[in-house]
Amino acid sequence: MSGNEPVDRQLPNISPEKATREPGQSGTASEPERSRWNVAMREILNGSAMISLLAVVLAIIIGGILIAVTDENVQATAGYFFSRPGDMIAAIWNSVSGAYVSLFQGSIYNFRRPGFANGIRPLMDTLTFATPLIVAGLGVALGFRAGLFNIGGRGQMLFGASAAGWVAFSFAGLPFPLHLIFAVVAGVIAGALWSGLAGLLKATTGANEVITTIMLNYVAYYFVYWMLSTQGLLQLPGSNNPKSPGMLPSAVLPPLFGQQYSLHWGFIIAILVTFFAWWLLNRSRLGFQFKAVGLNPDAARVAGINVPRMIVYVMLFSGAFVGLAGVFQVLGTVTTGFSAGIDAGIGFDAITVALLGRSKPWGVFAAAVLFGAFKAGGFAMQASQGISVDIVLVVQSVIVLLIAAPPLVRAVFRLPKPNLLSPLKSNKTQGKKAVVTK
Amino acid sequence: MKLELRGITKRFGALVANDHISVVVEPGEIHCLLGENGAGKSTLMNVLYGLYQADEGEILLDDKVQKFSGPGDAMAAGIGMVHQHFMLIPVFTVAENVMLGHEPTTFGDRLNVAKAREQVREISQRFGFDLDPDALVGDLPVGVQQRVEIIKALSRDAKVLVFDEPTAVLTPQETDELMLIMKQLKETGTSIVFITHKLREVREVADKITVIRLGKVVGEASPTASNEELASMMVGRAIELTIEKGKAKLGQPALVVDKLSVIDPIGQLVVNNISFDIKEGEIVAVAGVQGNGQTELVEAIMGLQSKVTGGITLNGRSLVGRSVREVLDAGVGFVPEDRNEDGLVSEFTIAENLMLDRSNGEPFVKHGTLQLATLAEFAEEKLTEFDIRAQGIGTHAGNLSGGNQQKVVLARELSRELKLLVAAQPTRGLDVGSVEFVHTRIVEARDSGVPVLVVSTELDEVVALADRIAVMYRGGIVGIVPGDTPRDVLGLMMAGEAPSGGKAA
Repeated sequence: MSGNEPVDRQLPNISPEKATREPGQSGTASEPERSRWNVAMREILNGSAMISLLAVVLAIIIGGILIAVTDENVQATAGYFFSRPGDMIAAIWNSVSGAYVSLFQGSIYNFRRPGFANGIRPLMDTLTFATPLIVAGLGVALGFRAGLFNIGGRGQMLFGASAAGWVAFSFAGLPFPLHLIFAVVAGVIAGALWSGLAGLLKATTGANEVITTIMLNYVAYYFVYWMLSTQGLLQLPGSNNPKSPGMLPSAVLPPLFGQQYSLHWGFIIAILVTFFAWWLLNRSRLGFQFKAVGLNPDAARVAGINVPRMIVYVMLFSGAFVGLAGVFQVLGTVTTGFSAGIDAGIGFDAITVALLGRSKPWGVFAAAVLFGAFKAGGFAMQASQGISVDIVLVVQSVIVLLIAAPPLVRAVFRLPKPNLLSPLKSNKTQGKKAVVTK
Repeated sequence: MKLELRGITKRFGALVANDHISVVVEPGEIHCLLGENGAGKSTLMNVLYGLYQADEGEILLDDKVQKFSGPGDAMAAGIGMVHQHFMLIPVFTVAENVMLGHEPTTFGDRLNVAKAREQVREISQRFGFDLDPDALVGDLPVGVQQRVEIIKALSRDAKVLVFDEPTAVLTPQETDELMLIMKQLKETGTSIVFITHKLREVREVADKITVIRLGKVVGEASPTASNEELASMMVGRAIELTIEKGKAKLGQPALVVDKLSVIDPIGQLVVNNISFDIKEGEIVAVAGVQGNGQTELVEAIMGLQSKVTGGITLNGRSLVGRSVREVLDAGVGFVPEDRNEDGLVSEFTIAENLMLDRSNGEPFVKHGTLQLATLAEFAEEKLTEFDIRAQGIGTHAGNLSGGNQQKVVLARELSRELKLLVAAQPTRGLDVGSVEFVHTRIVEARDSGVPVLVVSTELDEVVALADRIAVMYRGGIVGIVPGDTPRDVLGLMMAGEAPSGGKAA
């Protein structure tokens, strides 16, 4: 019952409660207070894949309603709905189906283009967009599994991108794979250290990582902006714009299927990283300890796990993954030089992706691909149907909202409430094989 | 008021928590509901109190069928409840707590604290409580807080009072006083439902005993029944209440605690200059009311407290200033007092929990990788050896009953090579059957030559296990006495009185 480890200090009202504890009182009264945040987080993370799926479905339906409501034809036909309702229904159908068909064509396969090579291009775009999201999402998910909320994706990406970018546009003369490897490693380390700083603050002083990572985002942004505006640091020599020089070809991630597609080797790295994350979380000692710390820091501490050290490790890994997303941005997506907006909001989208993927590595992978599709398809939707790309953002946001409120989704679809702690009944299917929590 | 529960059935999914339970409580009767944890006592009372709706059956008060859709209805009908964990607000005064929920007001909706104060005084007087209506509840000892709960129920004119495991948090003396209060209440015609699993208390106050097992009424017993009879009814098989324990074969002093003091994170001196030793093959029990420094003593030994002065040595090696990992590696097995908070990760499987404090190396981890096959084999073996009732090793610890959870903790700790076993409240909240199992295992550890430190607030447990008893009070040791010291002496020592005569061992 001692509260001297920093993880115990998340809620300031613990210590006074303990201070006034009378001899003889069991002290259990403070328990619900302490774990409320924890419980909410678990509720979100323990939800089934079904909830994720239904949240997406529901969000797409809501998006469809928004598309219909904002469509001019629908509005016009609504004026004489009672005389000719068919017109309005047709208009709704046209606008909604048109929007989603163009979303599909923009993100997966475009039948209107001649030939498979052209038709499949949208899918390549989708995967390109998904690549940094996958690794960033994995970084955030790793934090979630260890009970840490890493909102500092932006800062970690910026530092990852800057370090990788600097290595990539300096050091001319290094041969191709070596230069690339150096650049990638530099970016990963930079992201890890920037995130590790927040971990260190939490481990030593108990500073809440939510607040420190958010604040470190600003520090990173303005610091990187300053470096990009300063000659001799990251700025393109002889330029006044806050922009870096272009990457040297020897440090660029080569295209995966030839020059005609934007998809680069980063995608393969992302797949390997997903494998690694799966191994880390489900098969490694470190992952076991991460999860123990995330699920019950008190028990972890009593079991001899050094909780503060684990917090630093988790943040280092988390930041390394997110930093890799920054690397993909500068060495894969935009190789002509980067500005301070290179993170493109991926650091924040990664949180959504991690939530949607239930913080499970392959779930995150799938969620990232879905979000990549939204991004690729959103532009196509805007171009061909004149529907604002913001609708896609609304759909994404509604997904987050629904995932954060599983009871809402359950209510809409009349799903039974999962009884997490009911004794000895939900485990029949698990059998004896499931040794480890997946 | 006569209370009758008729054929109450409550299901949670496939689980039948209450299966056609019928109980009649006559006016002015103390009716005891006896049953193990998880037998369905609390569910039944939550149905009575309107917190759950029964699937079948009905509740009758004075032969009239009642419909409760919430605790408000139950209270209005005259049912009061004294919860195990008090439903009081510590920063409110006694009077404020008593009026909470049905605050009397005067003109303009102002609170009429004076009236509540008066009510508290009046009821206190009636039962001879010495209770200041203006005292802050948080400042009161636990036994007195419980009286506030009782007054709260009585102030709403409760004719039926339900006591849900009321003695769990009390000292033996406070328990005795509560028994007296219950008898007084009975005299005034209040019907009392007393839920417990402690046999001694039942026999002392009950007029009638209904035994519940696995959600069913298994029979009625009279208060004259012996402990063994009651226990075997509760568990459904013959039970050894006092485990076989041979004479201790003492070896060298293994754990030596010398002038140990602990200052907790908020700066209070919680363990004050205590010294004792434990020999190989000996069980030393630390008795005392919860919160007198036992928790911190154990944490100091385990390396969980930072400000520790004095000496703790195990077989000559100092444990002071070591990390938890180093203490565990020194061969200390630890059963923490709160298994849910400190002993288990409830979302982890049984197998994962079995390796929780052994994740640092072989046999379960090689080259940073979990050895799942080894773990599964080990877990299967322990599941059988410790009779852990679960679907399989993949069952989440949170889905186990308290007894099985504790078996998981014990299995983990006892399967290492031990130089010392520290068991804090090893049977808290466990049913009689599991208590027997845990006690047997602890004595087995002792007999194999391991020194054992047991910390317990239950006198029954202390007496059952200890070779020597150290009683703690306000951070100090009042005295160290032999294991066969009479209960009343121990009770007085727990209240801070040094043992009379030179009986210290």
